Amino acid sequence: MGGYKVNMSTLDRFEIHEHDVLVIGAGGAGLRAAIEASANGVSVGLVCKSLLGKAHTVMAEGGIAAAVGNVDKQDNWQTHFKDTMKGGKFLNNYRMAQLHAQEAPERVLELERWGALFDRTSEGTILQRPFGGHSYKRLCHVGDRTGLEMIRTLQDKGVHMGINVYMECTITRLLKEDGKISGAFGYWRETGRFVIFKAKAIILATGGVGKAYKVTSNSWEYTADGQLLAYDAGAELIDTEFIQFHPTGMIWPPGVIGILVTEAVRGEGGILRNKDGYRFMEKYDPERMELSTRDVVARSIYIENKEGRGSPHGGAFLDISHKGAEYIKKKLPSMYHQFKELADVDITTGPMEVGPTCHYSMGGVKVDADSTATSIPGLYAAGEVAGGMHGANRLGGNSLSDLLVFGRRAGLYAAEYAKKNKATLNINEDEIANAEKSIVVFFEQDGGENPYTVHRDLQELMQNKVGIFRVEDDLKFAINELKSLKERAAKVKIEGSRMYNPGWHMAYDLQSMVIYSEAIAKCALQRKESRGAHSRLDYPNTDPEHGKWNSLVKKANDGSLIVEKSPLPEMPGELKQLLEDKKVAAKI
Amino acid sequence: MNKEESQSQISSGDKKVRIATFKVYRGDREKGNEVEYKVPVEEGMVVLDAIHYIQKNISPDLAVRWNCKAAKCGSCSAEVNGKPRLMCKTRLDDFDINEEIKVYPMKSFPIIKDLACDVSWNYEVNKKITPFTPKENTTWKMNQRDIDRVQEFRKCIECFACQNVCHVIREHDLKPKFAGPRFFVRVAGLEMHPLDDVDRLEALKDDMGIGFCNITKCCTEVCPEDIHITDNAIIPLKERVVDRYYDPVRMFFRKIFKKK
Ligand code: SF4
Ligand code: SF4
Ligand code: FES
Repeated sequence: MGGYKVNMSTLDRFEIHEHDVLVIGAGGAGLRAAIEASANGVSVGLVCKSLLGKAHTVMAEGGIAAAVGNVDKQDNWQTHFKDTMKGGKFLNNYRMAQLHAQEAPERVLELERWGALFDRTSEGTILQRPFGGHSYKRLCHVGDRTGLEMIRTLQDKGVHMGINVYMECTITRLLKEDGKISGAFGYWRETGRFVIFKAKAIILATGGVGKAYKVTSNSWEYTADGQLLAYDAGAELIDTEFIQFHPTGMIWPPGVIGILVTEAVRGEGGILRNKDGYRFMEKYDPERMELSTRDVVARSIYIENKEGRGSPHGGAFLDISHKGAEYIKKKLPSMYHQFKELADVDITTGPMEVGPTCHYSMGGVKVDADSTATSIPGLYAAGEVAGGMHGANRLGGNSLSDLLVFGRRAGLYAAEYAKKNKATLNINEDEIANAEKSIVVFFEQDGGENPYTVHRDLQELMQNKVGIFRVEDDLKFAINELKSLKERAAKVKIEGSRMYNPGWHMAYDLQSMVIYSEAIAKCALQRKESRGAHSRLDYPNTDPEHGKWNSLVKKANDGSLIVEKSPLPEMPGELKQLLEDKKVAAKI
Repeated sequence: MNKEESQSQISSGDKKVRIATFKVYRGDREKGNEVEYKVPVEEGMVVLDAIHYIQKNISPDLAVRWNCKAAKCGSCSAEVNGKPRLMCKTRLDDFDINEEIKVYPMKSFPIIKDLACDVSWNYEVNKKITPFTPKENTTWKMNQRDIDRVQEFRKCIECFACQNVCHVIREHDLKPKFAGPRFFVRVAGLEMHPLDDVDRLEALKDDMGIGFCNITKCCTEVCPEDIHITDNAIIPLKERVVDRYYDPVRMFFRKIFKKK
């Protein structure tokens, strides 16, 4: 593209790429955004931290929630909206929940038109299964590997659209000029060399923060990169205290702790029991039982253990064997193999042992519902990195649909923005010098610790003090501890070269995780109630007064992290009515 | 921390910790050697856990790819005792713990560093495959039994283990002319999609070199997703190519009775 002016004299030692729109992150949201931007006629670069097609979306199992009404004909967007708001304990951005429910069906059908092959109903349409918190059978799925189907479909669509894919590249800083986005700075994993992307608009689609916890289903990539890129650039974060613990992760043997056991097991009829064989969900949510929302099920398993009725390794038994071997192998093939190969358990004949695992971050970068724009001109965010859509707790299946709906919107609005902004992009050399220094410094700090040691301590702290159940003393303790972890993290020492050096990558990621952890803990302290995924032992009830605001996180001028309350946007009358209307939905 | 220290730490532990000996390839394209590491064994441990142990406690710069640790992303392929495996799915129980376990990067691709190798060629091959192109005016109704086969192909997690073992690539390095089993699986998934309307047989024959495959089935043996690469994908595709280009009569009838 013409029109760019770079001062080559000082920057010519860098590799520089130019795009109208740069998408950071290549999971479902990033890929969908890149496809949309490209379809709107702008040049698109797509940066991924891993190889293409390996992003976290690949691990999503159970399905995509969309009210296509193939199985339960009475389903519609209104019910999906209502379920989502209820699941999120009404802290959701209503407009996001509305757009999501309205547009998810079209996004799923579009995937099919691009080659995805969902399981079928007897009429030949897309099959849907029940899931926690959804009033109807709503999850379009492919056995228990829906995420793989989705990412492969988007990947194959994307590579034929002329999108430039930059694999194994990590962005460490966003560049701005006159307060507007002008590009990004990062390094290649392979060589450790730096690279500059000049871009008019940037879309963050980097996923979550699960690696801050010890027991997690999340991969090495989930280190709050995007949240911190935005925060450092001056954008706001919201609702960071809401971290979802998926009720069913593997808990035995030790090597597999945290690996996800899809909610589809319960969707297909799986039953939870404690060590006495009692179906304990009868006690905690007699109506919805195992298909209660994730926050409730996770807490129930936790309480059963606290009171001495847990399974041998500190969880619960999940049993699907009554469905018969053939059915299980057809509908839950990867679960069958996962347990057979990793735990020597045959789930067609006996129960699996499961317990909560850190899974998803409801909070994230604050965005405009329609456009996904952040408060920084030219910066957009979609998918798990963005906050608001899921409120205090996300329903299973609403993530994949979120990625598609808001990924598309991000691509669309970023492309429009880029087209309108013909301004010359200049890169500020001081900014580049700073960015460079802040990541090479780890090689030079003699006497510093191994980054993995600091990471382990961070994970212990977050798991134990800012986990499923929280209490003021623990949170205060954690906030204090995080100060010293931040200092330790800043001083870590890296051995070896810059070539493909995971220790070095961890050193950088650690900085983001520590600061985001502070945001989680501070917002958790501020919210003196229990709501959705945030459970305070000292404030066990949900307080309507606290339901009127979202937590807001900002970087103060002196660099410190501050948290505030921000009033919820006023919901229009017709949506309010919908929530009150007893006729809409509501089997559950 | 160096190796000696880590060993002494292990032996100073109270209980009887079993120790496994790993020999891991360390190096880059130009030079490299095998490095020995001692790793304490936990119940249910997989090879990737051992590699992570080494990273965290001994050599933080040990290069390795992984994402899901649940055999779903296909990132962690390596050769364990000479066999291509997903490290996150390979349990230490499968080995005699008294013997050393060798971990090497996949042999058929250029090494970047340690266990990470350059698999970019695969992405280039993929780009050249004509994407899904639906028939016009379809109602998008499909029978489950008509898509079972295609869903098998779509289970592929792109671990490239099959590419790694295929002798056409591994021994004969016919990479530019031969797409490899992973991409025959992909093409089979498109060709057998009930609603796809493109014909890729010529490309299979000419650009993808399906003729080089002599059905040794090595690819099928290593597929962690248990895809019947040869029986269900390659052989039916070869038959279609043969019908078309070497048996005009059968081709004529096939055309009349529809492609799929
Ligand atoms: S069957 Fe064909 S593709 Fe598979 S390994 Fe043998 S030669 Fe290669
Ligand atoms: S076909 Fe099997 S072995 Fe080959 S890349 Fe796919 S999953 Fe791996
Ligand atoms: S880490 Fe994903 S397949 Fe092994």
